[in-house]
Amino acid sequence: MRLRRLTRLLLLPIALAAFSPAYAADLKIGVGADITSMDPHYVSLFPNNNVAEHVYSKLVTLDPDSRLIPDLAESWKTVDPTTWEFKLRKGVKFHDGSDFTAADVVFSYDRVGKIPNSPGPFTVYTKAIISSEIVDDHTIRFKTATPYPLLPNDLSTVYVVSSKVASNATTEDFNAGKVNIGTGPFKFVEFKRGDRVELARNDAYFGKKPAWDKVTLRILPNDPTRLAALLSGDVDAIENIPTPDLAKIKANPKLLTSTKTSHRIIFFHLDQLHDQTPFATDKDGKVLEKNPFKDLKVRQAISKAIDREAIKTRVMEGLSLPTDNLVPSPMFGYEPSLTPEKYDLDGAKKLLAEAGYPNGFNLTLHAPNNRYVNDDQIAQTVAQMLTRAGITTKVVTMPMGVYLGHASKLEYSMAMLGWGVQTGESSSALRPLLATYVPEKGLGGFNWGRYSNPKMDAVLAQAMSTIDDPKREALLQEATIIAMKDVGLLPIHHQINTWATKKGVVYTPRTDEYTLALEFRPE
Amino acid sequence: MLNFIFRRLGESFFVLLVMSLLVFAGVYAIGNPVDMLISPEATPDDIAQVTRALGLDRPLWEQYFYFLKQVLNGDLGRSFMFSTPAIELLLSRMPATLELAVAAMFIATVLGIPLGLIAGLKADSWIGKTIMTVSILGFSLPTFWVGLVLIMFFAVELGWLPSSGRGPTAMLLGMPVSFLSFEGLQHLLLPALNLALFKLALIIRLTRAGTQEALLQDYVKYARAKGLRSSRIIGVHVLKNIMIPIVTVIGLEFGSVIAFAIVTESIFAWPGMGKLLIDSINNLDRPVIVAYLCVIVVFFVVINLLVDLAYAFLDPRVRLGAKASA
Repeated sequence: MRLRRLTRLLLLPIALAAFSPAYAADLKIGVGADITSMDPHYVSLFPNNNVAEHVYSKLVTLDPDSRLIPDLAESWKTVDPTTWEFKLRKGVKFHDGSDFTAADVVFSYDRVGKIPNSPGPFTVYTKAIISSEIVDDHTIRFKTATPYPLLPNDLSTVYVVSSKVASNATTEDFNAGKVNIGTGPFKFVEFKRGDRVELARNDAYFGKKPAWDKVTLRILPNDPTRLAALLSGDVDAIENIPTPDLAKIKANPKLLTSTKTSHRIIFFHLDQLHDQTPFATDKDGKVLEKNPFKDLKVRQAISKAIDREAIKTRVMEGLSLPTDNLVPSPMFGYEPSLTPEKYDLDGAKKLLAEAGYPNGFNLTLHAPNNRYVNDDQIAQTVAQMLTRAGITTKVVTMPMGVYLGHASKLEYSMAMLGWGVQTGESSSALRPLLATYVPEKGLGGFNWGRYSNPKMDAVLAQAMSTIDDPKREALLQEATIIAMKDVGLLPIHHQINTWATKKGVVYTPRTDEYTLALEFRPE
Repeated sequence: MLNFIFRRLGESFFVLLVMSLLVFAGVYAIGNPVDMLISPEATPDDIAQVTRALGLDRPLWEQYFYFLKQVLNGDLGRSFMFSTPAIELLLSRMPATLELAVAAMFIATVLGIPLGLIAGLKADSWIGKTIMTVSILGFSLPTFWVGLVLIMFFAVELGWLPSSGRGPTAMLLGMPVSFLSFEGLQHLLLPALNLALFKLALIIRLTRAGTQEALLQDYVKYARAKGLRSSRIIGVHVLKNIMIPIVTVIGLEFGSVIAFAIVTESIFAWPGMGKLLIDSINNLDRPVIVAYLCVIVVFFVVINLLVDLAYAFLDPRVRLGAKASA
């Protein structure tokens, strides 16, 4: 009897050790891309921003559906058409205990412009501000040169740092972890290059309470490795489940998956600029005398020839949402009347014949092969589908680094691109992708097809000077309808973001693709 | 001897120059890193401005001469992606790769030479045949596949070892190393084994061939006739004579293990230099690519030098100064 009690006592610590992981509120997340810098202002790069989202706050932020919600600012309004006023939240403390005031905001937006050697500066999002005025500690006004309705959207991407701690801080100081003081839900602990970022709970966070004492973001870019880390219990959650493994993960009783339509749309640009387009040839390989893509009927025929549902089920394992919109529902500017083009092979052939190509033609399409989910396979599939409709199509794919240079010089006839609307409204896609190319106005920068419709441009321009949200949304929807009826670009689908967690942890999935420890909760 | 070392250094300087020029022109031809990294909301104006600020708008030769000038001041440039000096970035990642490479070569040598000897001495027995058959697998199975199988078996199925990453590190001679703690060793074991497999097979085969050849030599027969213990014949007479090719291969392979640990590093999420190179190539981060290749060239040069010095030590007939060209 005594002996048994003794053994029980001896076994107790072992039993506790075995169960304790369930109680320790630590969360390890496997993230899918390398993190390059801890300076939240150095370069606007997704993996870096994903870390910054934990440590820092912004004036305005996006909810899981990518609609604007208050963050450090409680409310915002226009005082006159060119002045925005933001009322800041009171009683917010930085991680070092100091108070957050309007001065920190002004300092942060200034610092963005002073970062040396940034290859992707945040100034893109702050340049609309021509001057800022601190009305009081918790009120701030920004002047813009022209009426600019998108300021809150733009500012939803810029992180606020402490003006005291970071006053002369360089990017190196941030990388060394000396000055990483924010107001976000987690405090910065350590950054090990190429390996992990460690964070700890900020008990003074103004938003909802983080559920975890300690958070580790493990950098696991290799798909099978990330998955193995989850299966072996080294991490509690991962982002971006590799598509071929999705079915297996869903069937695994120890794991949970969560999915959400991404703001990223995959589409093709069709060259509508050149009179002859280099990769559209007759059956003998001679460049066609007329650029077929200038003809609306050809563009419609191509759209009809693509079976987007088949791409979804066969190539994407169900992880795509066929679309004829630029942003997913319910994002600002989504147009419900635009539904994905139905697969209609006969209709496509008929349209081609009407356009003067009864026997089709030859085409080469181009795509990257290391950037988007299954990008090269999508390209191959689309080529097969076009070939079936009579347009004998070849595919050339290459790494994004090589592809981008050529594509942006308009060297291709049909070119794939993916676009994620970071600021949560559809003009961020309409302006660069479909507006007539006017570089000095910042329009059409990625309009590789050089689609141009003055009517669309006019509606878009009107939207861009309309501060009233419902009116602006209606105008953006109108512009989207015009451009999509013209097949200004050829939409395929929205990607679908995926996360997998071990049982007992749930994630609120997000349209903006971020993997935020705050949104993981114990069940 | 000194003469020999100086000539080697002169040659390697030339190699470095040619290599840097090739990389420079190559990356230049591919495209502009700003296109890859800048926010999609940026206007062409923004892109032009950033390109100018980074000096990427100037002609290739101008950029190259500016780079050479900076190198003379000891500056290999600053990474676009990481905002840190490229050389600092490499040095921060290098200890992890070196540790992995040393561990892999250690496993390959410590297992490979004895197994090779056994296979050579008992070529016709079942054990010799088994060793040779298994070594074929080491050659023919692709590294990434073996790595994944190791992870699936030891981490996912059995749960004995962590699936990826590097354990906690401690400072040793100013270098962070992970093999001093138990947890660190657990993390190191699978990737080191994965990286070692190919080299292990190579060393086994080389040792076996050398052993079989040496056994037929007169001096071995003579030693046997003299009545020496077979442990002494093998340990001294055979082993010492077959060491020269083995040392050469170990030396050269050590260089290639460092340079090409990329596959193992990415499968095991090992935070070494190889992963850095792949990312840098994808993002056209030229300063890092150039610095990485420079460091690797220097590695090969130093290793070759050490191998040559080791010859002289192992074989008194080798005289470096006089026969350097041979």
